[in-house]
Amino acid sequence: MKNISVLLKRFRESRLFWPVIAWVLILVFDAIVEPGFFELGIIDDPVYGKHLYGNLIDVFRNGAPLMLVAIGMTLVIATGGVDLSVGAVIAISAAMGAVLINPALGNELITNDILTKNATNTPLPLIILAGLAAGTLCGLWNGLLVSRARIQPMVATLILMVAGRGIAQLITNGQIMTIYYTPYFWFGNGYILGLPVSVYIVALVFVVAWVLVRRTSIGLFIESVGINSKSSFYSGINEKNVKLIAYAFCGFCAAIAGLILSSYVHSADGNNNGLNYELDAILAVVMGGTLMSGGRFSLLASVIGALVLWTFTVTIYTLGVPANALLAAKAVLVMLVIFLYSDYSRKWINRIFERKGSQHGEAN
Amino acid sequence: MVKRIKPFLWRYGPLLTTITIFILTYFIGSRMYPAMQKPQVFFNLFINNGSLLLVSIGMTLVILTGGIDLSVGGVLALTTAASAALLRDGASPAIVLPLMIVMGIGFGGLLGIIIQYLKVQPFIATLMGLFFARGMAYIISLTSVTITDSVYKKLALTPIYIPFFQKTYIYLPTLVAPIMLLVAIYLLFFTRFGRTIYAIGNNEQSALLMGLSVSRTKIGVYAFSGLCSALAGIVFSMSLLAGYGQFATGMELDAIASVVMGGTSLSGGVGNVIGTLFGVLINGTIVSILQFNGTLSSWWTRIGVGVLTLIAIGIQSLFHIRKNHS
Amino acid sequence: MTDAKDIVKMLGISKSFPGVVALDSVDFSLRRGEIHALMGENGAGKSTLIKVLTGVEQPDRGTIELDGKIVQVRSPQHSQELGISTVYQEVNLCTNISIAENIMLGREPRRFGSIHWRKMNELAQKAIDRLNIEVDVTQPLGNYSVAIQQMVAITRALEILSTRVLILDEPTSSLDIQETNLLFDVMRRLKSEGIGIIFITHFLDQVYQIADRITVLRNGRLVGTYDLCSLPRLELVAKMLGRSLTELDAMSKGKLGEEEKKGKQCLVEAKGLGRTGMLEPMDLELSANEVLGIAGLLGSGRTELAGLIFGIDAPDNGSLIVDGKKVSSFSPNESLKRGIALCPEDRKAAGVVGDLTIRENIILALQARNGWFKFLTMPKQNEIAEEYIRLLGIVTPSAEQLVKNLSGGNQQKVILARWLATNPKVLILDEPTRGIDVGAKAEIQKLVMQLAEEGKSCVFISSELEEVLRISHRVAVLRDRRKVAEYSSDVDDRTIIHTMAGEA
Repeated sequence: MKNISVLLKRFRESRLFWPVIAWVLILVFDAIVEPGFFELGIIDDPVYGKHLYGNLIDVFRNGAPLMLVAIGMTLVIATGGVDLSVGAVIAISAAMGAVLINPALGNELITNDILTKNATNTPLPLIILAGLAAGTLCGLWNGLLVSRARIQPMVATLILMVAGRGIAQLITNGQIMTIYYTPYFWFGNGYILGLPVSVYIVALVFVVAWVLVRRTSIGLFIESVGINSKSSFYSGINEKNVKLIAYAFCGFCAAIAGLILSSYVHSADGNNNGLNYELDAILAVVMGGTLMSGGRFSLLASVIGALVLWTFTVTIYTLGVPANALLAAKAVLVMLVIFLYSDYSRKWINRIFERKGSQHGEAN
Repeated sequence: MVKRIKPFLWRYGPLLTTITIFILTYFIGSRMYPAMQKPQVFFNLFINNGSLLLVSIGMTLVILTGGIDLSVGGVLALTTAASAALLRDGASPAIVLPLMIVMGIGFGGLLGIIIQYLKVQPFIATLMGLFFARGMAYIISLTSVTITDSVYKKLALTPIYIPFFQKTYIYLPTLVAPIMLLVAIYLLFFTRFGRTIYAIGNNEQSALLMGLSVSRTKIGVYAFSGLCSALAGIVFSMSLLAGYGQFATGMELDAIASVVMGGTSLSGGVGNVIGTLFGVLINGTIVSILQFNGTLSSWWTRIGVGVLTLIAIGIQSLFHIRKNHS
Repeated sequence: MTDAKDIVKMLGISKSFPGVVALDSVDFSLRRGEIHALMGENGAGKSTLIKVLTGVEQPDRGTIELDGKIVQVRSPQHSQELGISTVYQEVNLCTNISIAENIMLGREPRRFGSIHWRKMNELAQKAIDRLNIEVDVTQPLGNYSVAIQQMVAITRALEILSTRVLILDEPTSSLDIQETNLLFDVMRRLKSEGIGIIFITHFLDQVYQIADRITVLRNGRLVGTYDLCSLPRLELVAKMLGRSLTELDAMSKGKLGEEEKKGKQCLVEAKGLGRTGMLEPMDLELSANEVLGIAGLLGSGRTELAGLIFGIDAPDNGSLIVDGKKVSSFSPNESLKRGIALCPEDRKAAGVVGDLTIRENIILALQARNGWFKFLTMPKQNEIAEEYIRLLGIVTPSAEQLVKNLSGGNQQKVILARWLATNPKVLILDEPTRGIDVGAKAEIQKLVMQLAEEGKSCVFISSELEEVLRISHRVAVLRDRRKVAEYSSDVDDRTIIHTMAGEA
C-alpha cells in the first residue's frame, strides 16, 4: 500500500499530473455525454487490411502531427527559445514530397496514364530523406540565427515563418499539388497490427528523442542552459551548440509531421498545411509544464498536452458544437491552463495537498 | 558639422536603413513598371494598408515595453463581425462605432491586467485573447455579413481628392491610420506615459525604482493596442463593407514583421512608430510590385517580406554590435 | 566638525534571518556634511544595515532616528520621502532615454498637458551643473560611461527628492582613477552643502582619500566607528580581519617557505596577463604540488584573475601558457579540457543551476568535458554524487534534492564537488569556504592541501588571511587590480597585511 501512495505522490508532483488529469477529464466528459465516443470496431479495409476503427483511433492518428511538432518544440522552449516556423516547415516538407513524386508541374495535365501507372519520379526512401533533410536544414538555419547571430528566437523564427510558406509555394510553383502515388499514402492512412502507422511514427520519434535527451547528456545540457545560461557556460557547456541542435531537431520533427499530413490529405498545400500548428504546439508544451522561460522539460507531458488539445478539438466536433465555436472553446481551455499554472493557484493547490497530507499523518 | 553627422547616423541608423530600403524598393518597382510611377500608387499604399498600419502602431507600443500582442488580428475580425451584425440588426453607426472602440480598449485592458497581475507571459495571454476574439467572431457569424448601412457606404465610397495632384484621391477612412500615427508620436514623445513605455522596455526594475507607474503603463499599452485593433476593424469593415471572422488571419505576424523591420527591438526600449510606418509601406510596396507584375504569384510577397526582415535585422544588429564596442 | 548634529542615528539594530544572525545590536550614526565610510568583508552585515535604513527590511530590535526624531522606515518609497536616497553599483536608471529624462521623469515640467522639453532640458542642465560635470543632457544616458551614469543617478536623487542622506553602494567598483576623482569632487561638493553621505566600499585607498569617519562591521557586529585621521591603515585592516595587532604577531606560521620552489613543474604560466578595465598586467606561475594563495581585499582583482586564467574572459594583454603551449582560444570548455577548473565566487549567478538536482549539479562539468555522447550512466552519476556528498559533508536527505533548496553553505559544497569531480590538474578556488561552518572549512582546507600533495596545482583565493596563510606554499598579494607582491620564503602575517593595506 505504501508503494502505491509513494507512486501517487510522485505522480502528483510530476510534470505529468495536470496534462493527464486534463485528458482524463475530457475523456470522462466524452464518456458521459457521448457514449459512442469510445466505440471501437474492427474493419476490414480493402487497401489497408484489417484494422481498428473508431473515434479514439482517429484522435491518435490525426493528432500525430501535432504530437510530433510538440516533441521538437519542447526542446526549443526548454532552451529558453521558441520556434514559430514549424507550420511553414510542415508546408515545405510536404511540398518537397509532392514535387519529388510528380514533378509534372502546373502545365501538364494529370492524365489517366499517370493515375494508372501509380509511379513516382523519385524512389520513396529518397523522398522521405529529402523532406527530412529540408526540415532539418530549416531548423539549422533557425538555430544558427539564434545561437551565432544572437537574434532573438521569436524574431529569428518569424522570418522563416513568413518566408517559409513562400518557399513552399515556390517549390510547388504555386499549385496545390495532389499526390497520386499510393505507397505514399501509407504514412497517414495505413495500419500496422490494427493501429495507425502515424502512431507508430510518433512512438518511434519519441523513443529517438528520449534516447537523444536522456541517454546522452544533451537533455541535461538543454535544461541547464534554459535554467541558468551563465552557470552552464561556466561549467564548460557549449551552450551555442546545445541550442543549435534543439532547433535542428525541431525542424526535423516538423518535417516528419509534414510527411504524415500530406500523406493523409493526399496533397501539398503551401498555404494551409500546418496552419497554426506553431501556436497549438507551444500551447501543448506549456500545458506539459515546460516554462516558456526554459529549463526542465518532459517530452511525455508535451505529447499528452498535444493529445489533450487534439482530443478537446475532436470532442467539440463530435458534440456537434458548431465549428464556429471551436476557437472560443479553445480560448477557454487556454484560460484554464493560464489560471492553473499561475503562481496563485499553485500556492493554493499546494496548501490544500499539504493540509490533506498532515491530516492523514503521512510520515516522511 | 561633419562631427555631428556621425552620432546622428549611429542613433538613427536603423530608421534610416528602413527608409532607404523603402525608397529603394519603390524606386526599383517604378523603374520596372512605369505604371507604378503614378502618384495614386503611393496613396494606394495607405488606402490598402490602413488596417495593417493601425494594428502595427498599437503593436509598436506594446513591443516597446518588451511585450507582444498576438490578439490584434482577432480583435480586428471581431470588430468587423460585431459591427456588421449590429448594423444588420438595425443599430445606428453612431452607436456601433463608439461601442466597438470601447470594446477594443476594454479587451486590451483586460489582457493587460492578466499579464500584469496574474503574471502570465504576454505571448500566452494574448494568444488566448486571439483565440477568444476570433472565436467570438465565428460565433457571431460563420459566414461573411454584408454591410449595407448608408453611412458606412458613404464613407467607403466617397473619394477625397488630393490638392496639387491630378486624379489622385483617398477615402475618409484612409485618414484614420495617419491620424493615429500622429497620436502615437505625440504619446511617445510628449507624454510621461510614452517615456515610461521606453523606460520599461529598457529596464523595468529601474523604471519601478524611479517611481514611474509601471503597472498602469503596461495595462495602458495593451488597451491602446486594443483600441488600434478596433479602429483597424472599423476601417477594414468600411473598405470591404463586410464583417467576417476570417478577416486578417495572420495579420499579427505581418504587424510584428513590420515593427521589427522598422527598427524596433523585440526586447523593448528601442524603436519608434515612424519606422513602423515604413515597415508597413515596404510590405505594401512589395505587394504592389507583385500586382503590377501580374505573373508572379502572391507567395513571392511572403519570401520578399521574409528576406527584407532578415536584412533589416541584420543591419540593426550591426548597429547594436558597433554600439556595444564603442 | 563644526556642526556635529547627527542626521541619522541607528541604535542597537538587530536583524536575523532563518539560521543567520545578520546584525547584532549595531550602532551607526551619520553627521550632517560628513562622508562616512562603511566597511566590512562579505557577510559582515553592511548590506543588511543599509536595507534596514532604507526600509527594505525591518529590524527585529533597535531604533532609527532622523534629525533627532524616531522613525519607522516602512518601505523604500518611504525612505525616499524621508530624504534618504540610495545609488547602487548597478545604476538604476534607463539607458535608452536622455539624461534630462532620467533626472526629471516623474516631475517633468508640462505645458498644455505635454512634456515641455526645452524647460526640462534647462532644469536638468542646471541640476547637473551643480555637480560640475560636462554632459549633453539631451543625449541618451547609455552614451555615457558608468561613472557619468552614477552622477546622473545622484543628480536625480538630489533633484526629485529633498535628499539629506545619500547612500553610495560600491560606487567606484567600475570606475577608473579619473572617474573616481570626478565622483569624489561631486561628493565633496555635496558634503559642503550639508548632505550626509554613507560610502560603502572595499577600496582602502579611496576611503583614506575621501572619508571623514569609518564604521567597521564584522560578522554582524560593530567593531567600531573611528575618525580616519587617527586610524592608521594597518590597524584598520587588522580590525576588518578581526585581529588585534598583538594577535597578529602570535598567529601560527603556515606552510610558507616550508618547501623551496625548486624543481616544481610549472603547469600554468601567466606573462603580463591582463585585460583593460579589469586587471592590470601581471606575471604568475602555477606549479604542481603547490598551493598558491591569493590574498587581497574584496575588489582587488582576485576574481578577475581567476576568470582570465579559466577563460571566462579573454585577456587583451600578455599571454597564458598551459603545459608549455600558448593558449589561443579562451572558453571554460577549453580550459576544462586542458585540466583547469574554477570554482567561482558568485555561486548564484555563475555556479548553481538551481532547478537541477545535487547529482546533476555535481556531474555537470565532468559531463561537459565528456561531451554529448559519453554519457555518464545513472549508477556512475549516483556513485560520484554519493562520494562527494560524503566527502564534503553535504547535508541533504538525498542526491535528488534540488540545489536551490539547499542552504548557501551546502550549495557552495555542491559547486566545489562539481569541480573536484573533474579531477583537474589546476584547481582555482575563489572563496570556497564562504558561508561554510567551521568544521567543514577545516575539511576543505585539508582537502586542498591533500590535492597539492597528490600533484595538483591549487590556487586558493580567500579574504580570510588566516586560512590562506595556513595552507599556502606561496602567497601573491593583490591590491586595487594589480599584483603588488609575491612571497614564497618565510614571511610573517604582518608583512602581508602591510602589503594589503598599502603600507611598505
